[in-house]
Amino acid sequence: MAKYLLLKHYRRNSGPADLVDIPMQEWTPAEIDAHLAYMADFAARLEQSGEYVDGQALAPTGTFVRYDGPGRPPVTDGPFAETKDLVAGWMVIDVDSYDRALELAGELSAAPGRNGEPIYEWLELRPFLTAPPTVTE
Amino acid sequence: MTGIEDGLRDLVPAVLGVLVRRGADFATAEDAVQEALLAAVQTWPADPPRDAKGWLVTVAWRKFIDLARADAARRGREERVLAEPPPGPAVEADDTLQLYLLCAHPALTPASAVALTLRAVGGLTTRQIAAAYLVPEATMAQRISRAKRTVGSLGFDQPGDLQTVLTTLYLVFNEGYTGRVDLAAEAIRLTRQLATLSDEPEVAGLLALMLLHHARREARTDPAGRLVPLARQDRSRWRTDLITEGIDLLQDALTRDRLGPFQAQAAIAALHADARSAQETDWVQIVEWYDQLLALTGSPVVALNRAVAVGEADGAQAGLAALAEVDPSIPRHAAVAAYLHEKAGDLPTAAGLYADAARQATNLPERDHLTRQAARLNQVLGSDWG
Repeated sequence: MAKYLLLKHYRRNSGPADLVDIPMQEWTPAEIDAHLAYMADFAARLEQSGEYVDGQALAPTGTFVRYDGPGRPPVTDGPFAETKDLVAGWMVIDVDSYDRALELAGELSAAPGRNGEPIYEWLELRPFLTAPPTVTE
Repeated sequence: MTGIEDGLRDLVPAVLGVLVRRGADFATAEDAVQEALLAAVQTWPADPPRDAKGWLVTVAWRKFIDLARADAARRGREERVLAEPPPGPAVEADDTLQLYLLCAHPALTPASAVALTLRAVGGLTTRQIAAAYLVPEATMAQRISRAKRTVGSLGFDQPGDLQTVLTTLYLVFNEGYTGRVDLAAEAIRLTRQLATLSDEPEVAGLLALMLLHHARREARTDPAGRLVPLARQDRSRWRTDLITEGIDLLQDALTRDRLGPFQAQAAIAALHADARSAQETDWVQIVEWYDQLLALTGSPVVALNRAVAVGEADGAQAGLAALAEVDPSIPRHAAVAAYLHEKAGDLPTAAGLYADAARQATNLPERDHLTRQAARLNQVLGSDWG
């Protein structure tokens, strides 16, 4: 088994050329419900199959922070108006193979949006670095 | 949690109080009580004791001696706490109250007070508390053991403050319901017990507030998990038994003529509970209670909620005027502004504000609800233009 992080960004306009990102508040309430039900169902099925580890949604605003030398308060930057590169949330899955992780990420990216069309959302798939194996030779 | 465990857990603070009163150090005594609880769960179904509390005190004391002896041996010290206990004093109600005060002591952070209260007063296991707050068990164990060390150095001679106990119980109640441990029900159980120990009207006020909100719990979400706002709730699903109990408690507390924030909040909840439909809500009286609450707390959150009530009592423009006095940086400000602008008929502004409010929401059901509100208005606007 291998753990993968599925990172969701606020970036949904990279599918077919004619697809534009339509913010959720411009969908119909029923389309919003269908989208949320798809996400909930996806997580529930992974729990059933024993592949779900964790998932959280994040607020769309964040702050960058760094150390600024002894005796000085940390420097902060942001929040930024441009949200497309911000992480919207994550899911951790524990699956048999990279192929299975790809398959699941593809499925999640096909969540329905406006007019029930898939939103073609980019997801970032990152493998976890694990503890070293016991047997090394 | 089964009935036997709930009954058992009611005895936890009294038993721990006896051990501490006898001179046991707090941290070890607390572990001993947890072990005694485990033993009770295992043996009572087959062999129930006649005196449940006496049984727990005896077993917990024995466990305490074992733990203290092991600890003393580990540290290579003389055994000094291991003499037979002096006969326990009869002031057990006082001990239980002292324990509440100790576990929510102002020396603890709110998160630590919550964790320690749930374990040492509530008798929940560390695993249950960790599950309820969605943190790893090891994290919660560490938080509890640090809190126990802080409290252990205070002892019963430095009692805390009833106000922090009430705040702690309120925090537990507000954490709500994650499905694994019902923290709202647990907060009610602990506050109910506290109300038998203290005459302070704010204790009754807090209990009334909890019961009146708990009464609406089933109606607050629909089967799909979506939030249902107060005005749209199916009031036949409100629990009249809890409402009656809450209102009785509140009326009794108010006659003592020492108003506090929990009584005022309960009075507002009671006025909602009293209305058979949203239209019949007595908003004028609710505004008066918000005025009192604002005078007591000066809280901007209260001022924000007051603006909603003013909007219902005196119309949207009056509500917006009240809102103009409220610090716009506080949570839910945009949501309230959206609601009042919609009520005033300015749908484009309301739609934009709902979308802003969704971005600022601090929990998912609320965010989804606000997004749907924006979507609903945008649909109306879209069809008007089309």
